[in-house]
Amino acid sequence: MVLQSIWFFLWGLLWAIFFMTDGFDFGIGTLLPVLGKSEQDKRLMINAMGPLWDGNEVWLLTAGGVTFAAFPLVYATMFSSLYTALMLILFALILRGVAFEFRGQVESAAWRKTWDACIFVGSFAPALLFGVAFGNIFQGIPFDGDGIYQGNLLTLLNPYGILGGLLFLSLFLVHGCLWLAIKTEGDLHDRAVGLANKLWPVLVGVAVLFLVATAIFTPLYSNYLAQPALLLVLVGDVAALFGIKYFLRKAAYFKAWFASAGTIVLCTFFGVIGLFPNLFPSSINAEYSLSAFNASSSPLTLKIMLIVVIIFVPIVLVYQIWAYNLFNVKLKSEDLDLEEAY
Amino acid sequence: MDVVLLSRLQFAAATMFHFLFVPLTLGLSLLVAYMETKYVRTGDETYLRMTKFWGKLFLINFALGVVTGITLEFQFGTNWSRYSAYVGDIFGSLLAIEATAAFFLESTLIGVWIFGWKKLSAKAHATVMWLVAGAGNLSALWILLANGWMQHPVGYTIRNGRAELTDFAAVVFNKFGILQFLHVVPAAFVLSAFFVMGVSAYHLLKKQHIDFFTRSFRMALVLGLVSSIWVAVEGDQHAVHVTEVQPAKLAAMEGLWETQTRAPVVLVALPDEKNERNLIEFGRIPGLLSLLGYHDINAEVRGLKDFPKDERPPVLLTFLSFRVMVALGTLLPLLCIVGWFLRNRLVENPWFLRIMLFSIPLPYIAIQAGWVLAEVGRQPWIVYGMLKTADAASPVAASQVLTSLVAFIAVYGLLGLAGYYLIAKKVAQGPDMAESA
Ligand code: HDD
Ligand code: HEM
Ligand code: HEM
Repeated sequence: MVLQSIWFFLWGLLWAIFFMTDGFDFGIGTLLPVLGKSEQDKRLMINAMGPLWDGNEVWLLTAGGVTFAAFPLVYATMFSSLYTALMLILFALILRGVAFEFRGQVESAAWRKTWDACIFVGSFAPALLFGVAFGNIFQGIPFDGDGIYQGNLLTLLNPYGILGGLLFLSLFLVHGCLWLAIKTEGDLHDRAVGLANKLWPVLVGVAVLFLVATAIFTPLYSNYLAQPALLLVLVGDVAALFGIKYFLRKAAYFKAWFASAGTIVLCTFFGVIGLFPNLFPSSINAEYSLSAFNASSSPLTLKIMLIVVIIFVPIVLVYQIWAYNLFNVKLKSEDLDLEEAY
Repeated sequence: MDVVLLSRLQFAAATMFHFLFVPLTLGLSLLVAYMETKYVRTGDETYLRMTKFWGKLFLINFALGVVTGITLEFQFGTNWSRYSAYVGDIFGSLLAIEATAAFFLESTLIGVWIFGWKKLSAKAHATVMWLVAGAGNLSALWILLANGWMQHPVGYTIRNGRAELTDFAAVVFNKFGILQFLHVVPAAFVLSAFFVMGVSAYHLLKKQHIDFFTRSFRMALVLGLVSSIWVAVEGDQHAVHVTEVQPAKLAAMEGLWETQTRAPVVLVALPDEKNERNLIEFGRIPGLLSLLGYHDINAEVRGLKDFPKDERPPVLLTFLSFRVMVALGTLLPLLCIVGWFLRNRLVENPWFLRIMLFSIPLPYIAIQAGWVLAEVGRQPWIVYGMLKTADAASPVAASQVLTSLVAFIAVYGLLGLAGYYLIAKKVAQGPDMAESA
């Protein structure tokens, strides 16, 4: 029980870190057509995430891999149920990844435009679809006792699912603007800050709607009603959300980015705690739901994987933080002159 | 078409495409790291230019390797959910370890390497590339242990309607996986060496950047010589282990129908599955198969007829892919040996340079053939002796898989074209001689 519960929260944590890190990449990529007025702007935006996006994306691979290792039945049922949605995310990520590397290799406007479109789609689609997927998980997925999904792609596009998508999208857009504010100077910087200020009230609005809709469409609050102390997570989340605005006003962009990172992590945890112990609830019959207790790996595997994670995740965090620090400085035009730069 | 067949096609397409790029990543990262270290040690600008030129080719290739890898990580869940549920306890762990222990390091540090030229000391920057190379090869170890477990499952028991781990050490020291690692990684080095030699030959034929490409060629030659000999020698050991644990695959790859002592190796044949015999056969060497498989010329080797029909792999494909691989496995070290004797007179021997230029695809073909042998020869099992491929697919609609399969072929086709176009373009451009540190 204890082991399974620990794994449940590690599972949530890995998804949260993925959204926190790759989230700003998705945001920046989505804003490429909006903020990238000139070729120089676009290159600055891409190079702002250039050194980090690939390492960020590995959190997705780890979140997926850990789902596979610790909760194989969840991995199997979730990934096959959400087949088409995941394929769309996959193709988006494929296009985004190659676009970064390929875009600058040929001196041609049409060539660059093509890859710009790939970066946009490759960032926008995952931002939206991960939100839709998680919204639907919070709400329950129509799959039967054999783990067979009884819907299609459109089943997922219900009002609450779409609201989840919009929440993720607005979180990531703000997050992306703030990273640009840290990394750039001058006009692009000012426009990124301006947009962050404009998007913030939208984010607050979507978040309020989402919290209300959650009470109507999902059973998430029942865990909170049983353990009101848990509501501190929600309080912390709201505080972080307002922290974004507070630090934005003080022009403390790194702190504002940190606050938005906190918002994303706590928002993920708000959902994950509400789900506990379910990882993949069935909307057809609660008995079919896959939980940390009925879908986990054997105790031996959970123990070995726990040791692996306890050793490696802190090491990963150390060198990723080191890398973030190394690139936590304003981009200079000489950075764009680097032969290998995007 | 049914879901199983479509899923198999999709998996084969996705993995084979991934494995067009992975081997070059594994080997070229090492060569680039070595070049950069040479530059740091000697201060010789040519080594810096080599690092940059080969590094650029490496990065284009790497991007394709990364994005195609994500597909594979997803596919076990999307397309092989029954498999994932059945063996996730063991197989899933190996994939998760691969991501935490290797992919993170590789992906984080590649960003540091690309953008860190001015931010790190020369020494630290070179170290970063060594770590990238090490992490890539480490990821190969874990994924091959995962594949090795599918080929020869160990350290488990069937409990709660699935395979559960009982002995982690047995899984990590699984001889099958270790042998695969010792075969695949050097094979990747062979491919990388031939890539570098072939590209160098292209420029040497045009008599441009002679010093630059002679050095590159010779550096790759050493790697190619050692690893191609290694691959052939180790491949033989590999076959011995296959004989022991996957007798049906061995029988198929040798086209052996009857169980017999003094079993022969047939150099050329055309297996006819319907009539359970070989159509043409020549170059029959009696006793050689017994000798290779058991180190005993009189040993008995099981023939295909000894296996129920529904437990035999597709014979023709297994047989041919083995022939192709071994033929190339003999040719490639020979080319390296010739290269060794000509290493100081490369430019004077354009015929040899031309051969090396046109040899670039050969190790690619050998590697793909090797995987077809390993994977098709394992059929009808997805986990040998434990779970049939037919029972492993997801309960999704065939139309979904057909759609994604078509999308994969279209997107991968285009990306592959774009990628190789860029690589060819950079190759033709040659190194940037104007640039200095
Ligand atoms: C440059 C590529 C290359 C070359 C020259 C060779 N191989 Fe290979 N071979 C591979 C690349 C490869 C591979 C693609 O990497 C495989 C697929 C799975 C594996 O473990 O390695 C493989 C598999 C593979 C297998 C099947 C293992 C299994 O069933 O899992 C055997 C028995 C051999 N090889 C044996 C040989 C021999 C006797 C060779 C030479 C004379 C040889 N290989 C050359
Ligand atoms: C990267 C090199 C690899 C290549 C080129 C490759 C190739 C193939 C091919 C051609 C098939 C189709 C076999 C058939 O339909 O008869 C296949 C199937 C499969 N392989 Fe591999 N494979 C590779 C590595 C792996 C690894 C490392 C794993 C596991 C970690 C793996 C797992 C599978 C699975 C699950 C299937 C589907 C079931 C089947 O049809 O056999 N493969 N692969
Ligand atoms: C079917 C099983 C496989 C899966 C699930 C898989 C998964 C992945 C994933 C997710 C990535 C991207 C990592 C990143 O973002 O940096 C990747 C890249 C890579 N994979 Fe695979 N892979 C498979 C087969 C293989 C095999 C058989 C090898 C080696 C023998 C290999 C070696 C690599 C390497 C070296 C990379 C690094 C970048 C590159 O490919 O160029 N993979 N793989």
